[in-house]
Amino acid sequence: MDNALAANHTHEAGETHEHVFVPQHRHHFETEQQQREAGTFGMWLFLLTEIMFFGGMFFAYLLYRNWYNPAFVAASNQLSIPLGAFNTAVLIGSGFFMALAVWAAEVRKKSLLVLFLAITTLLGFTFLGVKYVEYHEKWEKHHIPGEHFDVSEFVNPKAFGLKETPLAPDMAAKTQVFFSLYFAMTGMHALHMIIGIVLLFWLMYRSQRGDFSSGYVAPIENFGLYWHFVDIVWIFLFPLLYLINRHP
Amino acid sequence: MSEHHDPSNVTNPEHAEHHIVGPKTYIIIFATLLTFTGLTVAAAFVNLGIFNPIVALLIASIKAVIVMLFFMHVYYQSKLVKMTVVAGFFTFLILITMTLTDYISRAWGMW
Amino acid sequence: MSTTIVRLPDQATAQMPKRSYLNNEHGLLSWLLTGDHKRIAILYLISISFFFLLGGIFAGLIRLELLTPQPDLMASDTYNKMFTMHGVVMIFLFLVPSVPATLGNFLIPIMIGAKDLAFPKINLLSWYLYMVGGVLTLAALVLGGVDTGWTFTTPLSTHYLNTNVVTAATAIFIAGFASIFTGLNFIVTIHRMRAPGMTWFRMPLFVWANYAASILMVLGTPVLAITLVLVALERTIGIGVFDPTKGGDPLLFQHLFWFYSHPAVYIMILPGMGVISEVISTFSRKRVFGYTAVAFSSVAIALFGFFVWAHHMFIMGVSNYSALVFSLLTMLVAVPSAIKVFNWSFTLQKGSITFETPMLYAFAFIGLFTIGGMTGVFLGSLGMDIHLTETYFIVAHFHFVMVGGMLMAFLAGIHFWWPKMTGRMYPESFSKLSAVTSFIGFNLTFMPQFVLGYLGMPRRYHAYPAEYQVLNVLSTAGATVLGIGFLLPLLYLGWSLKYGKIAGNNPWQATGLEWQIQSPPLTENFTEIPVIDYEAYDYEWLAHKTEQEVTVG
Repeated sequence: MDNALAANHTHEAGETHEHVFVPQHRHHFETEQQQREAGTFGMWLFLLTEIMFFGGMFFAYLLYRNWYNPAFVAASNQLSIPLGAFNTAVLIGSGFFMALAVWAAEVRKKSLLVLFLAITTLLGFTFLGVKYVEYHEKWEKHHIPGEHFDVSEFVNPKAFGLKETPLAPDMAAKTQVFFSLYFAMTGMHALHMIIGIVLLFWLMYRSQRGDFSSGYVAPIENFGLYWHFVDIVWIFLFPLLYLINRHP
Repeated sequence: MSEHHDPSNVTNPEHAEHHIVGPKTYIIIFATLLTFTGLTVAAAFVNLGIFNPIVALLIASIKAVIVMLFFMHVYYQSKLVKMTVVAGFFTFLILITMTLTDYISRAWGMW
Repeated sequence: MSTTIVRLPDQATAQMPKRSYLNNEHGLLSWLLTGDHKRIAILYLISISFFFLLGGIFAGLIRLELLTPQPDLMASDTYNKMFTMHGVVMIFLFLVPSVPATLGNFLIPIMIGAKDLAFPKINLLSWYLYMVGGVLTLAALVLGGVDTGWTFTTPLSTHYLNTNVVTAATAIFIAGFASIFTGLNFIVTIHRMRAPGMTWFRMPLFVWANYAASILMVLGTPVLAITLVLVALERTIGIGVFDPTKGGDPLLFQHLFWFYSHPAVYIMILPGMGVISEVISTFSRKRVFGYTAVAFSSVAIALFGFFVWAHHMFIMGVSNYSALVFSLLTMLVAVPSAIKVFNWSFTLQKGSITFETPMLYAFAFIGLFTIGGMTGVFLGSLGMDIHLTETYFIVAHFHFVMVGGMLMAFLAGIHFWWPKMTGRMYPESFSKLSAVTSFIGFNLTFMPQFVLGYLGMPRRYHAYPAEYQVLNVLSTAGATVLGIGFLLPLLYLGWSLKYGKIAGNNPWQATGLEWQIQSPPLTENFTEIPVIDYEAYDYEWLAHKTEQEVTVG
């Protein structure tokens, strides 16, 4: 969001400030509080666009899951629940430390703030690492949509030592739709994580410098909103992608 | 003109007092979220028929609402922010329901 | 009835203000790195004028090709690229940002008594994103063009065409974020930065209209963005979300696309309606009739706009029941639109009407928009739609709304606020000539297309049966006149920058806050934050105020 660096505005002659001047306060806002609330509101509006951005894919998922339910079940059962659940916990933990970071900034504890941001980043990397392992497995099994997509595992699961019920070839082909959505949704989510981690490094650098330990918490707070939103997307992705018809 | 003007008065009725949430709340929330994660995995292995996806979505929604209310501080925010969040999900619901009118009714009962 | 209300200062002694946003800082960098909403508005104005010119050239070439029934000017695939680029440039690079990013950027903070938009850096970022989108569009053009039509319909865009779809999609994706940021900035500013006393129902209707459009930008545009991402992924790595051979549904693309692109129509027209409210009120010296109704009708249009998109898809294979629902909901949009037109007409009743150029454009808007809107109701009716869709009737319909409506409103607004933006008046006689010329040219261009469409001439073909030629020749002739009508302002507005009469603060004797400060305004608009203690469009307040002051402002 509009992170005000040190205010570098020229004062018009005759301009008077009736209120206490704080460095992050930008000239065109009447009060610092007004600025902070505007920033939060702006961030929420941005998250609104994110809801709609992911919304398009969630609708596509809803539609095809109903059309090609057997294919979705079979393909979903190829995903690893332990890895997915672990990643969910990692991401919730990362959100937890992000929330703590906001608190540390509010109570102006610089070293705690940097520490919590660092843990948040670390957990973010853990999540991406696990995601890489999962993607790599799909690559080896030829489950990446495109020219090399291979359905044999779904047509003839016994040959691969799987207990799934075999799918008719035309339904098995529809597993590609599942994996298209899987990669589009988790990929878009991972992209948001990567952007978030880049921002986290920048925030850590600035926290280290002491920018956010004197009562100026808006950037930390607003980034926190973004990071929690990315969490929420995953909270929905996990049951929708990993947990279809797992019962025997 | 400006002698009537009080800068602290420019905040709107949409304004809410700033509230600092402490670590204690966050720990409770964190534990709750982990519990629900376990719950949703467990629920997936129980055959509930048509209710399986409904339960999964319900738990996910509860988790999302908890994250929004406390981690994202919506609970302590102004009505304006609450409205904004609701507006987002409302528009998403429009997208879903209105598009579904087409897909559901293309061939009744066969979709 | 007086013939004019223009009250210019004595030109012998009038002076431009010594300091204004235009000369506060110097050098190219002071423009390219500015945070000032007024300077960003000027940057936007220059860039969208360029793209309008570009889109206009494409339109001219299309009309030239259609002069004769045979394909003689260009090859058929070149023609396809022409109308695609015309649509992409005009919609995403001109119409969507036209009024909000220029007039809205310039005026919204001033109208609500703020020093700037809430996020000046994001505002500047929005312009840069727009420019990146524009440059990528030009790149797609130079690399060989796109020929999918501006709708990028799958599977045509994903499987059958080997043109620069991905480049163009990226361009639109990025330009989309420019419009999201503009909308986001407006919403925050309008909610958070209104001056003391500026309640919601004291805001000018221009602000209301832009607010409604901003909501659409924020909620609609991201759906287009994800749709284009999926199209690009399908082209590049072959995922199967829209691909019927893999089990995807091409209609899903259209649902998602029109979920944005129908509200986008209201993104384009709503700010124009805001302009018309201001102009009509000022030049009839009356408060807009039914202020509250007009304000709420803007919001209602924005809301209903999300419920009607499938009327673009009636013949594409959506379910008949669903089509019925969407057809009925489409009729709903006519209600708030009619409220606006009727209220403007009632504003005129017993007003002291004068016929300055902005008012002429506003009259053109009301007439042409009404025709465009009514034909929209035809097209929203299921039976008629089957006959008329994908013909020139559709082309005529949306050009009546977009060119006859939005472009006329844009020109009305540019003329109306030109003295405020530049401090100088445009030449009145020339501008009246251009208003009349474009009105005549417009009708000559697009009226015959209604008939052509009704007779069955399909859109997007470069050749047609010989019996359609008379009407096509009329249309091409009209396009020439229209082109002159649009070129004239470019010339005389440029001329007026240096030689125009000095306008003074309030040449129109209008009531908006923007007219109570100097023209061109100071960098932060107000020397003191104003306290608003009067309603919008209160001409008695203005007369009273003017009596008491020797020099206005």
